[in-house]
Amino acid sequence: MTTVVATPDPEAGELTPKGKRKRRRSSPTRQTSSPLMTVVAIIIATVWTVPTLGLLITSFREPMDIRRTGWWTAFSNPEFTIDNYVSAMSTSGGASMLDYFVNSFVITIPSTLFPLTFAALAAYGFSWLKFPGRDWLFIVVFALQIVPLQVALVPLMQLYGDLNLQGTYWTVWISHTIFGLPLAVFMMFNSIRDLPPALVEAATIDGAGPVQIFLRIVLPLATPAIAAYGIFQFLWTWNDLLVSMVFLGGSADVAPLTVYISQLTGSRGGQWYLLSAGAFISIIVPVVVFLLMQRYFVRGLTAGAVK
Amino acid sequence: MRRITRPIAIAGVAALTLGMAACSGDGDTADPGTDGGAGGDCSAYEAYGDLEGTEVSVYTAIVAPEADPYIESFKAFEECTGATIKYEGDKAFAEQISVRVQGGNAPDIAFVPQPGMVQTLVATGEAVEAPADTVSNVDEFFSEDWKNYGSVDGTLYAAPLGASVKSLVWYSPADFADNGYEVPETWDDMMSLTDQIAQDHGEDGLTKPWCVGFGDGAATGWVGTDWIEDTLLRTAGGDVYDQWVAHEIPFNDPQVVEAFNTAGEILTNDDYVNGGLGDSKTISTTAFPDAGLQILDGTCFLHRQASFYAGMWGEGVEVGPEGDVWAFYLPATNPEEAKPVTGGGDFALAFDDRPEVQAFQTFLASDTWANERARVSTAGGAVSANSGLDTELLANEVDKLSVEMLQDEKAVFRFDGSDLMPSAVGAGSFWTAMVDWVGGASAEDVTKSVEDTWPTS
Amino acid sequence: MLDKFGQMFLAIGVLVAVVVVLLLLASLARGRNGDRLRALFFVGPTVLLVAVGLIYPTVLTIIKSFRGPAGTGAFGFDNYVTIFTREALRSSIVNTAIWVLLVPLLAIAIGLLYAIIVDRTPIESFAKTLIFLPMAISMVGASVIWKFVYEYKPTQADQIGLLNQIIKMFGGETRQFLVESPWNNFFLIVVMIWIQAGFAMTVLSAAIKAIPDEIIEAARIDGASGWALFWQITLPSIRASLIMVVTTIAIAALKVFDIVRTMTGGNWDTSVIANDFYSASFTQGQPGLGSALAVLLFVLVAPIIVYNVRQLREAS
Repeated sequence: MTTVVATPDPEAGELTPKGKRKRRRSSPTRQTSSPLMTVVAIIIATVWTVPTLGLLITSFREPMDIRRTGWWTAFSNPEFTIDNYVSAMSTSGGASMLDYFVNSFVITIPSTLFPLTFAALAAYGFSWLKFPGRDWLFIVVFALQIVPLQVALVPLMQLYGDLNLQGTYWTVWISHTIFGLPLAVFMMFNSIRDLPPALVEAATIDGAGPVQIFLRIVLPLATPAIAAYGIFQFLWTWNDLLVSMVFLGGSADVAPLTVYISQLTGSRGGQWYLLSAGAFISIIVPVVVFLLMQRYFVRGLTAGAVK
Repeated sequence: MRRITRPIAIAGVAALTLGMAACSGDGDTADPGTDGGAGGDCSAYEAYGDLEGTEVSVYTAIVAPEADPYIESFKAFEECTGATIKYEGDKAFAEQISVRVQGGNAPDIAFVPQPGMVQTLVATGEAVEAPADTVSNVDEFFSEDWKNYGSVDGTLYAAPLGASVKSLVWYSPADFADNGYEVPETWDDMMSLTDQIAQDHGEDGLTKPWCVGFGDGAATGWVGTDWIEDTLLRTAGGDVYDQWVAHEIPFNDPQVVEAFNTAGEILTNDDYVNGGLGDSKTISTTAFPDAGLQILDGTCFLHRQASFYAGMWGEGVEVGPEGDVWAFYLPATNPEEAKPVTGGGDFALAFDDRPEVQAFQTFLASDTWANERARVSTAGGAVSANSGLDTELLANEVDKLSVEMLQDEKAVFRFDGSDLMPSAVGAGSFWTAMVDWVGGASAEDVTKSVEDTWPTS
Repeated sequence: MLDKFGQMFLAIGVLVAVVVVLLLLASLARGRNGDRLRALFFVGPTVLLVAVGLIYPTVLTIIKSFRGPAGTGAFGFDNYVTIFTREALRSSIVNTAIWVLLVPLLAIAIGLLYAIIVDRTPIESFAKTLIFLPMAISMVGASVIWKFVYEYKPTQADQIGLLNQIIKMFGGETRQFLVESPWNNFFLIVVMIWIQAGFAMTVLSAAIKAIPDEIIEAARIDGASGWALFWQITLPSIRASLIMVVTTIAIAALKVFDIVRTMTGGNWDTSVIANDFYSASFTQGQPGLGSALAVLLFVLVAPIIVYNVRQLREAS
């Protein structure tokens, strides 16, 4: 096992110990893919999809039908309406849903790029630079995943007040970065640590310094991992309600889509059925991003984690 | 010193309800083209002075669509004074307000829905006392009780805003007429009606007299606390109720246990609950906005819920004495003596003392605002304990009924007790106790468990 | 709107500038201790951010936990006594343990199994999207989705919950899935597994694809197949990824509270420590007790950290 060098990227030419032809011909799983396994996969896929399908159908039903009969009755008695979507998208108080969409993007994109960048730098430092206390520092950083972000809200808000950042997007960008970093460092460390040492050594002999190695070797090889973590962080910040509500508040000029959707139900939750339409409006962007990035998942994240 | 005298204020509002479009032309900045504004008559607002260019941030638990009448009711103030009211509704208000206040990011004014929370927020030291003008408005338009709800140690901080009446039972007038049922006048009448309904309709095992829903996510159980408070106020009276809320008698005092048992004759009786929804155990899993809708299906006849439930029936359901659904007063045990009413309300607590904030605070405590809100709240929710409120202006039937109940001579009004208790109880163990109780635990056990969690200090 | 995007691009510009400066400074570092100086620029920003945003609040939380229910009183152990004596809180501790054991185990088992089965099938991408989808759904959406799975109606009434409809179809009595303890915990855990399996599948699928074919071929020649291949080759090869996924999901399961909060509110013995922490801190006015519960979470994560430390030592 120890002699095998992992391959994060087939493009890395001579480092690839295997050819594409071979990859296609055999599979580590070929032996286990029996008809029984196919059935298992279909069952899992069904169980995972049916609840969401139910919500999709629900979102096209009349409010009274939603409360009275199951969504599956729509198959035998199809009566659909787009009223829920119209209600969900109708404007209230002069703010349009588009404003919230824009806010979501403005919040999410830097909130994804910031932790990615800092975590890539840190993960490289933790795995390839030698400095005292390195392992312990790394452990502290990744262990901070356990801190419930709620305990950090008040201290951070006071800090933003001191820095005069209150009410600006910087508050959410910085907060999301801080809350995302422990997991980002942990995931990226796993990928960057396992890059082949031979590669780094060769570059060192060629006279490259650590910064060049980071930029020219580590970053390109870790691109799949970075892109893959990126989509998770994108999902989490896109779906965040708490952080933006605390630091930015709920007004239409700053609040993201999640705030809009959570308020669809009315003050006392009476119109909860509108969440069905709201959930699908909100899910469009993450799914598109996932589909666009999926090729990175194929060999992302842990490519190179093999020892 | 400003002083709005009631005749002027009423005259102003009356003028605009008549659809007065003519601009008074006294040089104010109001645009006659904007809807819902003061229509140019700013006489009621002169006392607030010129606040051009200022902004007041308001943070509340009320989001759209319920927020729309609020925003609408501020327009005249904005147009006449030049101030901008920045309204922000947040469903997580109860959880967020303390974070914002502690984090140094408090709003100018918060609409606090519970007196207990007013106490907590004042204790942070960030809230400011109500200015003298606001105090004089409160003295003029509100009773001593309501003033006390917004006061801490005898000092008024938060002036009362709106009120809601909880002692209502929703029913279908048509179903009642079809079955020859009468709206009950006493608690005993109500119990015999309940029994009658169970006998007439109980054979299918699904239709029951009452439908109840405690479910509300993390706040599941609060509907039950309302039931107990309404019952206790009827079985034991106002004095015992006050002692119980203030913890001068233990939470599990025998009289409280008795109130549980009286309410339990309905809530824990599988023959009487839960119409269209199952047995007594389904009460706490049924989402409260959905519970009363069984009345529309005919599987339930009675649903006790506050006045705001008028907004839950959905489109196309007419609410009114002649409509699809209507409400009656949850009867007293002895209506000749007293008519107990429970309710809630919210309070405007300020965290800043800039002149425009104080002016707006004073406006909120005035009859001008109470009437303006009544006029624009066509969907209801404009009930107020403000004595300057002209009930004729109320645009909604349920609001009228609520105000009648509040103003009844025999009315004994008490504020929602759980809102006055420490939040560890009122937003914690009391809720849990209600869930456990309809789940089968005894009244003695659940009241004792609440008593055990009452904070010692 | 343009203004907002302007702010966004400005922020990205600031980020680029910061990184350029950091790398420039790092490249200036020379000599025997160069790595130490460089580490300052590579690791420094992250350490600074988490120190301010996470470590400092953690210290405040720990202090608060010793100062009575309100978090402002005299020093003492009251809150910790409360945690271990109040029955409702004890049950939360037990439930949390069940969550931390079951969620990673099942989410990973299902995610891994699924990743292996769909690996290199023609519909792999589509099949994976189906499992990934729950991750993209926000919690408010998920709460409605599962309402339509678990909702109870009496047997004779029309059902709106899928599970009870199935039970009714087979002639059974409908059930209150979220009420009947202890099984209700399991039904809540299912929701978390539904969300997290996509994460496990995605990460582990990538790891499986990184296994060099030579190893598989060699094992086959030695006669290994099926389960033997899985246990002897696949599993050891993806070990690093597996540890990372176990750790991440276990910590997520320790911290989870929104599922419990929206679906049962912690009633019927379903509460977990993170939910009690949230209630005590933000709705019940007992931030001191809430802090003690947060500290309990810090303590409970210790075994997971110790395990990772040992793995780290072995790897290097």
